[in-house]
Amino acid sequence: MFSWICKSISDYKSQGFSKPWRFELNKKLCDFVSSWQIIMEKEKIITVKNLTKKFGNFTAVKGISFDVYKGEIFGFLGANGAGKTTAMKMLIGISNPTSGEANVAGFDVHTQTNMVKKSIGYMSQKFSMYDDLTIKENITFFGGIYGLSRSQIKQKITQLVEELELQEVANNLVGSLPLGWKQKLSFSVALLHEPKIVFLDEPTGGVDPITRRQFWEMIYTQAYKGTTIFVTTHYMDEAEYCDRVSIMVDGTIEALDTPKNLKKQFNVEAMNDVFLKLARNIE
Amino acid sequence: MKRFIGFVRKEFYHIFRDKRSLFILFGMPIAQILLFGFAITNEINNVDIAILDQSNDIETQKIIYKIKASPYFNVENQIEKERDIASEFKKGKIKAVLIFEPNFSKNLETKKVTFIQAITDATEPNVANTIANYTSAIIQNYQAQKKQPDTNQVKVVVQSRMLYNPELKSVFNFVPGVMTVILMLVSAMMTSISITREKELGTMEILLVSPLKPFQVIIGKVFPYIFLSIINAIVIVGLGYFVFKMPINGSIFLLAFESILFIISALSLGILISTISNSQQTAMMLSLMGLMLPVIILSGFIFPINSMPLPMQIISNIIPAKWFIIIVKAIMLKGVGIQYIWKETLILIGMTVFFIAVSIKKYKIRLE
Repeated sequence: MFSWICKSISDYKSQGFSKPWRFELNKKLCDFVSSWQIIMEKEKIITVKNLTKKFGNFTAVKGISFDVYKGEIFGFLGANGAGKTTAMKMLIGISNPTSGEANVAGFDVHTQTNMVKKSIGYMSQKFSMYDDLTIKENITFFGGIYGLSRSQIKQKITQLVEELELQEVANNLVGSLPLGWKQKLSFSVALLHEPKIVFLDEPTGGVDPITRRQFWEMIYTQAYKGTTIFVTTHYMDEAEYCDRVSIMVDGTIEALDTPKNLKKQFNVEAMNDVFLKLARNIE
Repeated sequence: MKRFIGFVRKEFYHIFRDKRSLFILFGMPIAQILLFGFAITNEINNVDIAILDQSNDIETQKIIYKIKASPYFNVENQIEKERDIASEFKKGKIKAVLIFEPNFSKNLETKKVTFIQAITDATEPNVANTIANYTSAIIQNYQAQKKQPDTNQVKVVVQSRMLYNPELKSVFNFVPGVMTVILMLVSAMMTSISITREKELGTMEILLVSPLKPFQVIIGKVFPYIFLSIINAIVIVGLGYFVFKMPINGSIFLLAFESILFIISALSLGILISTISNSQQTAMMLSLMGLMLPVIILSGFIFPINSMPLPMQIISNIIPAKWFIIIVKAIMLKGVGIQYIWKETLILIGMTVFFIAVSIKKYKIRLE
């Protein structure tokens, strides 16, 4: 039964999601499957306990605790300045927590930072590839710093260029590409070393709706393959696509559940209202 | 190691694809050394002067011939009246006027003393000074010839010999100076800009999230500039040697060693600047104001340190460039070995270690 669903999903994927209803159907199937997966496996890949970050007198993150399960799309929401970027920086090992514990992909962020870094991929809100390098050179460089061998890199280049249909521009400078393509490319580059978890920091900022849709299709495909997706966003429609969503307000996590349950809990129609209600209550 | 090579290759792509940085790297050193070498000299040639000869006798004629014969002066015209002097200067063509007092020869014979006045246009103080010196040199020379052999006066003649630079070529001063400035510029400014550029673009974040360690990132960024700075040093010394005939009397290996030492100290300064600035512009301003100006003004490259006020002399000691210029001149012109410059070398090493330590500390703080 389970494998049959998965197979039908992959069939859909191979056809592409050119029509919205297909996308919706696919999303529902995926929701269904992931709820199955959660019930059946519930393997924790990120555990966070009382994680705190202080900058002088200011506490940016006030002892947050949550778990992320393997293969899920975890939405990490919050207004600007709510502390989500700080929290994320601690999880990806570029900022030391003041106190509390966090375990990412089986490694402690305090002591095994380097192992954490090897197991994760990261894509930031700023486009972060080199504009003055070609697509191939960028892939070679980022593959190289993650320790991929030359043949692996070669294979990845062919695969990526094919998947993203970049054959004609593979030797062009990245700076000449439209933003949407760049974002898709950065996402693929973040996945080069096949990480267990990918952290996406507002990946679709400033991107048009069509590209955003395509981008989320890529995220789904990746989640389906078993990669855990940890994503921050300001778009509430994107929050609806997530398996579970946490909403951070003033350094604490105020809500954490599936979008469906959250809407029920706050008795509203859309995630947007959940967010507004939470943010307003605090003020 | 493979990661490192990949990183360095990427860095070279950046450098070679950015025309501005290419120009700064390779155009500047050549342009500067040629400019300093050819255009900026302290020597004067063919300066236009005027003469007011109030006695017009045989002695004054002799002196005027002597002046006319020298390559330094070009006697533009003879002035008749004293009141014309001011208007001559105002026309701007002449730089000096020589005035012979009336009854020149007669005074010389009867009173044994006579006067020549040299009025110079001191709107350009250096030129004025040089003209005055050259004039008195010519007249002294005339005086010496004029002296009767039978005079039994005690005569003291100063014979000066210019050691290490007999022709007083200013290019001998400029080559080490320009080399210092260029190495400072390339090493410190270019590295600080290239590191802050990664910060500005957001790629630094990606690099820090990757398994690369922060110091690997920094070394990867800095390495290409060590290489390019060495090439620059070779180009500058080569130009000095072949075009301006500047000798390299000392050991070329010692010169290379000291140059690399200075490059590393400049690079560590560049890293330090990049840790405290967040944009390329800040990095550039900091490098220009904080490094270039002190290097040019306080290193002894253009203005002699000995004639600075005491506080400035003390400040000049903390400028690595000062020590490097002393070292380069000592090796190239005096041909000395390490036994004469070990003190300066030690100071440079100490400074380098200090800068590296501080930038490592700053870098860690920033990561928090």
